[in-house]
Amino acid sequence: MTEKIGVYVCHCGTNIAGTVDVAEVRDWAEKRLKGRGVVVARDYKFMCSSLGQELIEKDIKENELTRVVVAACSPHLHEQTFRTACKRGGLNPYLCELVSIREQVSWVHTDQEAATDKAKAVLSGGVERVQHHEPLEPLRVPIHPATLVVGGGIAGIQTALEIADAGKHVYLVERDPSIGGHMAQFDKTFPTLDCSACILTPKMVSAGTHPNITLLTWSEVEKVDGYVGNFVVTIRKKARCVNTELCTGCGICQEKCPKKVIDEIYEAGLGYRKAVYTPFPQAVPKYPVIDKPNCTYFLKGTCKACEKFCPTSAIDFNQEDELITVEVGNIVLATGYDLFDPRRIPHYGYGRLANVFTSLEFERLTNAAGPTNGSIVLRDGKTTPKAVGIVHCVGSRDRNYNNYCSAICCMQSLKFAHLVKERTGATVYNFYIDMRTAAKAYDEFYQRVLEEGTLFVRGRVAEVTDAARLPSEEGKLIIQVEDTLAGKQRRIPVDMVILSAGLQPRFDAKATAKLFGISCSADSWFIEKHPKLDPVATMTEGVFIAGCCAGPKDIPNSVAQGAAAAARVLAHIDEGEIMLEPVRATVIAEKCSGCRICNNLCPFNAILFHEDRMVSEVNAALCQGCGTCVAACPAGAITGTGFSNEQILSQIEGLLMLNIANGRRPVEIAEAVMA
Amino acid sequence: MSAKPKFAMYWAASCGGCEIAVLNIHEKILDVDANFDVVFWPVAMDAKYKDVAAMPDDSITLTLFNGGIRNDENEEIAHLLRRKSKILVAFGSCACEGCIPGLANFSPVDEIIDTAFHTVTTDKGSEVRLQTRYPAREGEIRLPTLYPTLRTLDQVAKVDYYMPGCPPESHQIAAVIDLVIAALNGKATLPPAGSVIGVGGSTVCDDCPRARNVKTIKAFKRIQDVRLDPTLCLLEQGIPCNGPATRQGCGALCPKAGAQCIGCYGPAEGVLDYGARLISSFASVIDSNTPDEIERILDGIPDPAGQFYRFSLPGSLLRAGKSARAK
Ligand SMILES: Cc1cc2nc3c(=O)[nH]c(=O)nc-3n(C[C@H](O)[C@H](O)[C@H](O)COP(=O)(O)OP(=O)(O)OC[C@H]3O[C@@H](n4cnc5c(N)ncnc54)[C@H](O)[C@@H]3O)c2cc1C
Ligand code: SF4
Ligand code: SF4
Ligand code: SF4
Ligand code: SF4
Repeated sequence: MTEKIGVYVCHCGTNIAGTVDVAEVRDWAEKRLKGRGVVVARDYKFMCSSLGQELIEKDIKENELTRVVVAACSPHLHEQTFRTACKRGGLNPYLCELVSIREQVSWVHTDQEAATDKAKAVLSGGVERVQHHEPLEPLRVPIHPATLVVGGGIAGIQTALEIADAGKHVYLVERDPSIGGHMAQFDKTFPTLDCSACILTPKMVSAGTHPNITLLTWSEVEKVDGYVGNFVVTIRKKARCVNTELCTGCGICQEKCPKKVIDEIYEAGLGYRKAVYTPFPQAVPKYPVIDKPNCTYFLKGTCKACEKFCPTSAIDFNQEDELITVEVGNIVLATGYDLFDPRRIPHYGYGRLANVFTSLEFERLTNAAGPTNGSIVLRDGKTTPKAVGIVHCVGSRDRNYNNYCSAICCMQSLKFAHLVKERTGATVYNFYIDMRTAAKAYDEFYQRVLEEGTLFVRGRVAEVTDAARLPSEEGKLIIQVEDTLAGKQRRIPVDMVILSAGLQPRFDAKATAKLFGISCSADSWFIEKHPKLDPVATMTEGVFIAGCCAGPKDIPNSVAQGAAAAARVLAHIDEGEIMLEPVRATVIAEKCSGCRICNNLCPFNAILFHEDRMVSEVNAALCQGCGTCVAACPAGAITGTGFSNEQILSQIEGLLMLNIANGRRPVEIAEAVMA
Repeated sequence: MSAKPKFAMYWAASCGGCEIAVLNIHEKILDVDANFDVVFWPVAMDAKYKDVAAMPDDSITLTLFNGGIRNDENEEIAHLLRRKSKILVAFGSCACEGCIPGLANFSPVDEIIDTAFHTVTTDKGSEVRLQTRYPAREGEIRLPTLYPTLRTLDQVAKVDYYMPGCPPESHQIAAVIDLVIAALNGKATLPPAGSVIGVGGSTVCDDCPRARNVKTIKAFKRIQDVRLDPTLCLLEQGIPCNGPATRQGCGALCPKAGAQCIGCYGPAEGVLDYGARLISSFASVIDSNTPDEIERILDGIPDPAGQFYRFSLPGSLLRAGKSARAK
């Protein structure tokens, strides 16, 4: 053994020591692993404490350690801690190995003796593995100071403004004609009931006029190359057919356009827009777009009314999509959510029963700028409802649809109850499973709505029907529900039903994730680097997430995440360069046959193929060391730093105690491994 | 006694193709004769085991050993030749990895014998039975005893070099012989012990002229069922070609002739288990995320053992099927 290894066994208070005989493991390592290079073995209450770390530093200096093995918690938690300790002690940080005897041993076993034996085996594996470690240097890459923000909802706007206000440039890409996102559709926002437009529009205007923000609406990201610090992003600016240099936003074209189109997005299908349109009067930017598939000119070759009447000749039918490339150092995704489609629950009648509305439809109904100028009426456009039923959890917390809680629907349903009461005086029923009002001033709002006289029925609605059984049900929508507090089935006739549909990942979330090289959960929400400790970063360096694209949340949380993502980006920019983990895959060119099996596999698009030499190569800055390609390469031409065959196999030998077996092979499988 | 270095070749459990491949080096065989004294080669010349036993240890310079270790005779000669040889080469896929005879490791010995004596080509209902001992007039005749499984040469004796292929290609054999001769004359150095020789550094694809794209597989097909594009990578056309995982050396003979590589040259350098590696590669490029469809695509490989372990079962991490191992 040429290496001098220090072994440190952590008690983690009683977390480990409660199940594993830590002193015994230490003694054993000192005696039995001596022949394997272990020159000092210690145990300590909390290895991660500064005193614990100092032990390592001191030993490195005094005992001239060349390798360090810490038996403690999961590398997820403290690998960095102990690497840094090694570095302070003067040892290359990558010559340290952290083996988990907490998550993988003490927390999952109760038998002390067996757990202690297992801890020894795990430690022995680490001692074998660490011998094959190599000193590594982190990769340094410079950070381009510009940032790309994708999605111009409240989260994206907040991110863009924070970064721009700090003096850095932002490209804000929005696929719709205007920024604003869902919040632009609302009239009032819970729990304060302030007017959504009043708090949103100023921010939209700032984003639209900020000297540090390049606003790219009616645009989508088409391609992302490069890596943290140096992304090269290709953006498709869809043809607006309006020359924004000339357009003054007077709106005459929209007025004159003869073609009415149902507005499925902004008006949630309740109202009309024209073929040339801005989704709403306060749109940012103010320039309209021509919806080519619906425009009479594009369909039939005649019309051009907009062109005729435009006072500045801004209409340009010949405009084409434009591809622009921008260089950015960081990317923030804030692509938001889609509403759950309640048609998927046929027994709730949406789409079949006229007076069943979705929550977004209702938002438009209540909106003073909406299709009914804010009056809450039935589908006929005139009748005011006398009784309204609001159904919570539509498509949420339901194993047939989405298991998760959509987080905002309870509060949004309470908001609706208040608005209906306030504007119509109707009787309001809220059908809920559990009332979830856990945020600042939320439960107080619930109390207020209770006091206003809204009726609450606890139970999941079974059915919404128009099939009357009693004369009093005639002409009504009947809500069939088991009232779990009263313990009985109820049929409640109402005039209007509002379905508080849940939030869903964007229909194209998976494709977006792939484009930007991040991962999605099984539901398709973007996955954060750590759900508690790193909620806006992703596993891909330089790509951040904010707002509802990472999971359902309200506006305050979306804004907080937008600001948090901005802070992370600004920190990167301020550092000027970023250090990347050197745990990377490499292709050994001589062994690569150019079979191209690996080419499509990398989740981070790190593999490129050289047609001329017929070999593949891994871009070290893009590679995150996930190992996918290493496992796939049939030629064994790809190796992963930190996970070489030698490292893995010797670790297995160590686990099986073959390292101290003196030629005896204690376990049957050992035979196979040795072959 | 001539002063020329001595050469031996032996066959254990094998088909004889390796011997033919050696003879197939044409006039180069004269170089062998000119440079070596052939002392033992049962296929080519008469020789007795006892003659070999009588030779001094380490007296044979080069022994090419082909065939796997299936019975006690194979093992005895493997040990004997090891003792007598300076350089022992595991020659051909059987000696290196077990090869086709090694597929019998999926069955216990009695089943193998049953099959051999009761197939359509043997007389139905005949009472013919394998007997390992027969009392002849001249005395008892004994047949070698079959072991429960076939082993590779290096599982019973230390091997100096490995030369894969079923059989090794003649031009590779010629090159190796040239090298050994050059080394004997001090004009070249032999590769480090344990090396795989007579091969290239990459895999079969490297020599395959077929055009390649990013790979995605929607279905595995059998070669007889489809009309193939003669210029495009077979794997991309759904033919399970083992080329990507198979060590370079043959010059991509099969894919050049329009048939998929079946893997006779064994795993690439550093690969521990050929089949496992290939399975993980194929699995990586299956283009589906739905379990049912994946299942259907995998059904396109009707004989996974033959596909992935045709040549390498005894030398793999698996070594043998459970039933054979249990004996
Ligand atoms: C009916 C209803 C009422 C609500 N009421 C309230 C309330 O009163 N108070 C409250 O706090 N919360 C409320 N919420 C929740 C609120 O809507 C969200 O918290 C908030 O809108 C999330 O903002 P966001 O920016 O993350 O997403 P979004 O608002 O969805 O914005 C995302 C933006 O990204 C754009 N985009 C998407 N994909 C791409 C792409 N690939 N490229 C470019 N652009 C893209 C979209 O066009 C959109 O503009 C309500 C939700 C609903 C459904
Ligand atoms: S040309 Fe198209 S956008 Fe212009 S007025 Fe006619 S229908 Fe409307
Ligand atoms: S899978 Fe391996 S051999 Fe094939 S192209 Fe990629 S690196 Fe080369
Ligand atoms: S290990 Fe391979 S697949 Fe994984 S990130 Fe690196 S290059 Fe991509
Ligand atoms: S046909 Fe076979 S050998 Fe040729 S490139 Fe394709 S996989 Fe490789």
